[in-house]
Amino acid sequence: MTDEASPSQRVPRTPWRRRLLRWEVFLALVIAADFAFNVRLSPYFLSTETLSDVSFNFTEKALVALPMTLLIIAGEIDISVAATMALVSVCMGLLATTTASLSAIVGCGLAVGLLAGAFNGALVTHWRVPAIVATIGTMSLYRGLAYGILGDRVLKDYPPAFAFFGQGYIAGPVSFELLLFTLAAVLCALYLHRTQFGRRLVAIGYNKSAAQMAGVRVNRYRFGLFVATGVASAAASVLLTSRLGSTRPSIAQGMELDIISMVILGGVAISGGRGSIAGVVLAAILTGLAIFGLGLINVPGVVVSLLMGALLILIVGLPIVGQRLARARARSQLRP
Amino acid sequence: MRAKRLWTWLGRSRHNAGLALLNAVLFVAVAARYPQFASAAGLRDSFDDTSILILLALGQMLVMLTRAIDLSVAASVALTGMCVALINQAMPGAALPWLVLSAALLGAALGAVNGLLVWQLRIPPIVVTLGTLAIYRGATYLVAHGRWVNSSDMSPLFLSLVRERWGGVTLLSWLAIAGALLTACWLHYTAAGRSLYTAGNNPEAARYVGVDVGRAQCLAFMVNGVLAGLCGYLWVARYAVAYTEIASGFELTVIAACVIGGVSIAGGSGSVVGVLLGCLFLGVIKNALPLLAVSPFWQMAISGAVIVTAALLNATGARAPQRQRILEN
Repeated sequence: MTDEASPSQRVPRTPWRRRLLRWEVFLALVIAADFAFNVRLSPYFLSTETLSDVSFNFTEKALVALPMTLLIIAGEIDISVAATMALVSVCMGLLATTTASLSAIVGCGLAVGLLAGAFNGALVTHWRVPAIVATIGTMSLYRGLAYGILGDRVLKDYPPAFAFFGQGYIAGPVSFELLLFTLAAVLCALYLHRTQFGRRLVAIGYNKSAAQMAGVRVNRYRFGLFVATGVASAAASVLLTSRLGSTRPSIAQGMELDIISMVILGGVAISGGRGSIAGVVLAAILTGLAIFGLGLINVPGVVVSLLMGALLILIVGLPIVGQRLARARARSQLRP
Repeated sequence: MRAKRLWTWLGRSRHNAGLALLNAVLFVAVAARYPQFASAAGLRDSFDDTSILILLALGQMLVMLTRAIDLSVAASVALTGMCVALINQAMPGAALPWLVLSAALLGAALGAVNGLLVWQLRIPPIVVTLGTLAIYRGATYLVAHGRWVNSSDMSPLFLSLVRERWGGVTLLSWLAIAGALLTACWLHYTAAGRSLYTAGNNPEAARYVGVDVGRAQCLAFMVNGVLAGLCGYLWVARYAVAYTEIASGFELTVIAACVIGGVSIAGGSGSVVGVLLGCLFLGVIKNALPLLAVSPFWQMAISGAVIVTAALLNATGARAPQRQRILEN
């Protein structure tokens, strides 16, 4: 037994990383293509103001997509994020009608999001309800609470300083939303790809039982992820409510599907164990660009959703079709 | 001792027995306060209202049995309903049986799209149906150019068919009953029906036994699609209007009915009786709320609370999956 590693013992570059890198490159190419398409639509597209406007299209959803990525990589899912946003918005709006300070309003919102996420986490870890069923239930529950509390009223009594979160700029064209999202993306990327905790998440998603038996505190991680998703939904709700300036119970309706689509477009496997934050960020940018471009030519929202749905299926299905074709070609070459 | 033996004998029917008891308690509670709820007319109307939910929940159960999920069913209902309404508007003289058949066929095609993507391309069902949900809803808008089809645009026979009464009960209710009976027979007495249970319960073992899991899922999606297509016509005829947003969000109610009825999201277990009870439960709540002067805005919250409770009981009750899926990924 020698000490030096023989060529056969040298660990090869992990294949999944190679596969992932290809996905991000693919997304970047699609973004470039969409960029070119949008520029053809309107010459004003390349100005910094327009590009800054584009960022508003995706930062709120992308902010929630970040912990959602971690959650899906760990093998869970949370469909109640948009409903959590609605409930948080309603609570903030109600508090704003009193003489509460700005920090109290935002703090209350974040607290509600945390509690909502904690309830999801408890359902999944403590009571062992499958995540998809639990979050479908809490989605109806939270959205229903928002509707029940608010009915058909609208809440608009936010203090003027509240508008900064969703409409304010930090420096030049960089909005507060964009800055917040960038910070969150960097943090999540570091957590997932550079810390042991992130590696454990991948392990949990790959094989939960094996991770459990290897000593990973699976339930603690899952609970923490649901809480993180709840807090991120609350933050996104602050941004969205501040940008809209009002609260209706139907706020963020349907956003959960956009967020999950964004994560899947980003190359995260729905079954868990694979994915990168970079992919999700690229997917977020692609989504924002595509929606903005379609808005430029006055495509109705429902048709935009149609195209995003088709894009989702196309992007997920294309690699598999390519694999099958390659295998069929290889098989036909083997035949004498 | 007797009680314990009864408990064991009931076995898996425990869940259904409990749900039936809950339904009865709820019903009696509301009927005691509002006798018109328990009158023949009240019962008839409540069941009529729940019929479409029953048909769609049966279809969703088939899909869930194979360890899949169909989030696009409400959008399929909207698309097929809109198409049928538009055909009726353009050709009022077209024979109704052909119209209903074409709705069912269109639904089957929509279901086949889902099924083939899941089977051939191995895309996870939740991703496929997330995509087709948006595609079918967008197609509904495009097909109608965003316009509505109102009752004045529909032929009288088109509208009256679902309201015809045979033996005091509407055709719609009879369709729900027939659907439940047919589904139960198909699931219990045919190989194809049993293959759904096999495919969902343990896909690896199913493959070794000769059941193609992907094919079973595709079959389930197609049957679900047929039911969705039929319900498209029924919805548009019953509510006498067709527009882009019909049945919006209804897929969650359908899934809720299945979850309450004890259909496992992990596939392989579920019964028609359970689904019926789940639908009746939601139906009782929905029809009782106006009587109790509860704002309809609270209905969603109550529905959500019920789903969470049902899921809790399913997960922790006697029906909790005993087998630890240790060897499974």
